[in-house]
Amino acid sequence: MSEVLERVRKIVIDHLDADPDKVTEKASFIDDLEADSLDIVELVMAFEEEFDIEIPDDSAEHILTVGDAVSYIDGKLKS
Amino acid sequence: MFDLTGKTALVTGATGGLGAAIARSLHAQGAKVVLSGTRESVLAELAAELGAKRPDSAFIVAANLSDAAQVDGLVAKAEAVAGSGLDILIANAGITRDGLILRMKDEDWETVIKVNLEAYFRLARAATKGMMKRRHGRIIGITSIVGVTGNPGQTNYAASKAGMIGFSKALAQEVASRNITVNCIAPGFIASPMTDELNEAQRAAILAKIPAGALGEGSDIAAAAVYLASAEAGYVTGQTLHVNGGMAMI
Ligand SMILES: NC(=O)c1ccc[n+]([C@@H]2O[C@H](COP(=O)([O-])OP(=O)(O)OC[C@H]3O[C@@H](n4cnc5c(N)ncnc54)[C@H](OP(=O)(O)O)[C@@H]3O)[C@@H](O)[C@H]2O)c1
Repeated sequence: MSEVLERVRKIVIDHLDADPDKVTEKASFIDDLEADSLDIVELVMAFEEEFDIEIPDDSAEHILTVGDAVSYIDGKLKS
Repeated sequence: MFDLTGKTALVTGATGGLGAAIARSLHAQGAKVVLSGTRESVLAELAAELGAKRPDSAFIVAANLSDAAQVDGLVAKAEAVAGSGLDILIANAGITRDGLILRMKDEDWETVIKVNLEAYFRLARAATKGMMKRRHGRIIGITSIVGVTGNPGQTNYAASKAGMIGFSKALAQEVASRNITVNCIAPGFIASPMTDELNEAQRAAILAKIPAGALGEGSDIAAAAVYLASAEAGYVTGQTLHVNGGMAMI
C-alpha cells in the first residue's frame, strides 16, 4: 500500500469515525462512508494540512472517493 | 447554570462600553478572556483588573479591524496568547459614520461595512475552523436594533448590522451539526459616554420611545452574551436576541 494511501486512510478513519475495513480506495466519502458536505470540506482541509499542499475548490469537487484523493495528492506531490 | 469555566472567549471592541461589560461578565462566569481593540493601554488596564481576580485569565491582542490581514490573524493570535482553542467569539467592535444618503461618502460606506460586517465574516471564518474540529463553539455578533428597524442617517450602519444578522443565520445552518451556535444580540439604546451628553429634551424624546422608561446598561447586554455563550443555550441558534426595553418588539 502506498504511503499516501495509508496517510489518507488514517485521516478519513479518524475524521469520519469510519470502520477501517470500509475505507478502501474505491470507497465514496458520501455514499459509502456517510460523509456530509461539511465533512468533505474538513477532509480536504485536513489533506491540505497533512501534505502541505493546496487543493483548489474546482479540484476538490472531483475528489469523491479515497482513491481520488490519493491520486490527486500523488500528482500534487510529484509536480 | 451559565458556568463558563474552562472556556476561552475573544471579545473585540473590549475597550468600548459594551465590550468591556461583556468581557467582565464572561470572566466572572469563569471564562478566560482575550481582549481586543486598537487602544492597547485601555486593553492592558482591563486585563490587569481581571487578571487580579484570577491569574492567567485575561489576555490582550491589539488589532485594527479595518485591516483585513490583522483581522485574519486575530483568532490565531488570541489562541496563542490564551494557550487554548477558542470556544466563544464575541464580534462586538463597531463604528458609525452617519450621514444622509446624498451626503454619504464612499469612504463612510466602505469603512462601516469593513469594520462591522467584513471583520465579522473574517473572524467567524477563522474561529469556525478550530471550533469544527473541537465540535463546540459559540459565535455571537453584536448587531443593533437599527439593523432591523432602520434609522435615517444610518444607511451604512443599518446595512452592516442587518448584514450581520443574515450572515449569522446562514452560518448557523452550516455549522449546527458541529455543535456550534451562531447568534446575534441587538441592543437598543444603551447608556454610554455619548448618551450622557444628551440634554434633557433629547433624553426625554428618546425615553418616550422606550416602554421600560430607561436606557439600557452594558450589563443588560453582557447578561445576554453570557446566556448565548453558555452550554444551556446550545439549542438556540440563528437567532437575534433583542435587548431594548421594549423599544421594538420583533
Ligand atoms: N451603545 C449602544 O447604544 C449600542 C446600540 C446598538 C448597538 N451597539 C453596538 O454595540 C457594539 C459596541 O458598542 P459600544 O457602545 O460599546 O461602542 P464604543 O464604546 O464606541 O466601542 C466601540 C468599540 O469598537 C472598537 N473599534 C472601533 N473601530 C475599530 C477598529 N477599526 N479596529 C478595532 N476595533 C475597533 C473600539 O476599539 P478602540 O477604541 O480600541 O479602537 C471600541 O472598543 C457596537 O458594535 C455597536 O454598534 C451599541
